[in-house]
Amino acid sequence: MRVHLDAEKCQGHNRCYALAPELFDVDDYGQAMLLVEGDVPAELQDKARLAAANCPEYAITITENG
Amino acid sequence: MTDTLDQSMGQPASEPTMRIDEATGNKVFSFERDGEVIEFIIGSSPEGTDIWQRVPYDADHYGPVTDFATDFDHADAGYNPIAPEVWKDLREGGCPVAHSERYGGMWVPLTNDTVTEVAYDTENFTSRNVVVAVGRPGDRAMPAPIGNAPPITSDPPFHNIARRLLLPAFAPKMIEPWEPEIQRLCRKLLDEMGDITPGESIVDAAVQYAQNIPVNVIGRMLGFPEKDEALFRQFVHDALERITEEPGTRDGLDDLGAYIQNQIVEHRANPRDDLTSYLMNVELDGNKLDDEVVGGMVILLLIAGIDTTWSAIGSSLWHLAQHPEDHQRLLDDPEVMTFALEEFLRAYAPVTMARLVAKDNDFHGCPMKKDDWVLLPFPAANRDPKKFEDPDTFIVDREANRHAAFGLGIHRCLGSNLARLELKVAIEEFIRRFPRFELAGDVRWSVGQIRGPRELPVRILEVAD
Repeated sequence: MRVHLDAEKCQGHNRCYALAPELFDVDDYGQAMLLVEGDVPAELQDKARLAAANCPEYAITITENG
Repeated sequence: MTDTLDQSMGQPASEPTMRIDEATGNKVFSFERDGEVIEFIIGSSPEGTDIWQRVPYDADHYGPVTDFATDFDHADAGYNPIAPEVWKDLREGGCPVAHSERYGGMWVPLTNDTVTEVAYDTENFTSRNVVVAVGRPGDRAMPAPIGNAPPITSDPPFHNIARRLLLPAFAPKMIEPWEPEIQRLCRKLLDEMGDITPGESIVDAAVQYAQNIPVNVIGRMLGFPEKDEALFRQFVHDALERITEEPGTRDGLDDLGAYIQNQIVEHRANPRDDLTSYLMNVELDGNKLDDEVVGGMVILLLIAGIDTTWSAIGSSLWHLAQHPEDHQRLLDDPEVMTFALEEFLRAYAPVTMARLVAKDNDFHGCPMKKDDWVLLPFPAANRDPKKFEDPDTFIVDREANRHAAFGLGIHRCLGSNLARLELKVAIEEFIRRFPRFELAGDVRWSVGQIRGPRELPVRILEVAD
């Protein structure tokens, strides 16, 4: 699984940071930053899906491998 | 859509430049958009900078609303108590956008799609004024894209400039350290309720609790005296609830401007580490902000930071007073608060914003005219069945919850991290102290764009040791 963050769409709701701090951080302006490169570790995949399903701006998308 | 999105990201065709007008000493910002030079001025004009146009509104003539589809009025005292039913009835009756002749003409999108579309479209809808009232900015009012209380009243490209000045102060890592302070405040308010006899004592969870929390926190962040809290609540009441009264009669609003300018003078004499001093010292293009702009931002923080969260806290406690099963779940499983918090925000979102139509446009068949008002009821968007499963049911552990309580697009509530923290701590502390409570009388709801209980009598059934 891969997770993508569209920085142009992000408006700093910080939902991803609250739900999945292992995958997302926020900068000084509250804008989201992705902490993982490449495949999301298996144990964090549910959190990645949760973050995507809660972003009000649809800035987070998930691509499942295979 | 791409054009709109580019605009909404605050990308001007050219970076704004600033010059001083020699005759008046005013700062003149200018930028180019679509080949047109747009100028805006910060400073006083002989005519004043805050001129209002009266719009038609005669409460006696209109009377109570009988048809919200064609005569919508959110200041009708009957609206806020039953607003979710109004939205549902209108949507099910095939009315995605309601209309009203009141306030000089007002449109009300009610579906998630239409609310989202307006929120993202900063070309056709200006934020020059965001509170519907019987006056709207006249030709000599602070123009778009700045407005009187930047950045909430600003449009691109100035919006992004003003917003970036404030954002760092409200980023999660700046807000998190306030948690113990808010806990202390909540416990103090609970202590001040005095001796409680379970099964008998009635407290007002709005008056004695919710209304005191956000005002204290934002007042302290700004470095204003604690004794002035009641004054701030009066200002907010005047600005947001007395919208159908003549602008000139809402004295609190004039007082607020003078009060804040006095605070700026006082902060200049006694600089300290607070938000007011921060705003006075922050630089834009190497220049400090005018007192007028600092004052506008402070007004925004006071008005946006007080009865919004107060309403969310009140509505959440109102819910819990009627749903002991949700209350018990939060006590048994504190982790569920992560989801419950967002569900409180979705189901009881307090804030409806507004826009003015920037230019005539056809919105899904609605002939919108320049200067018509458009209400943006994010709370209605949060209960659209096309977006949320079983939207009128509060699901304490709802996992997928893309709610719009803090708005959508470039005007996402700047204080959302603070609001969330206050709401979370306020609920946690109340239910911990009072593991069981129930409604004990009539709830009085606010009037206008911010929806929440203003009086909320609850009977305490159990007190924690």
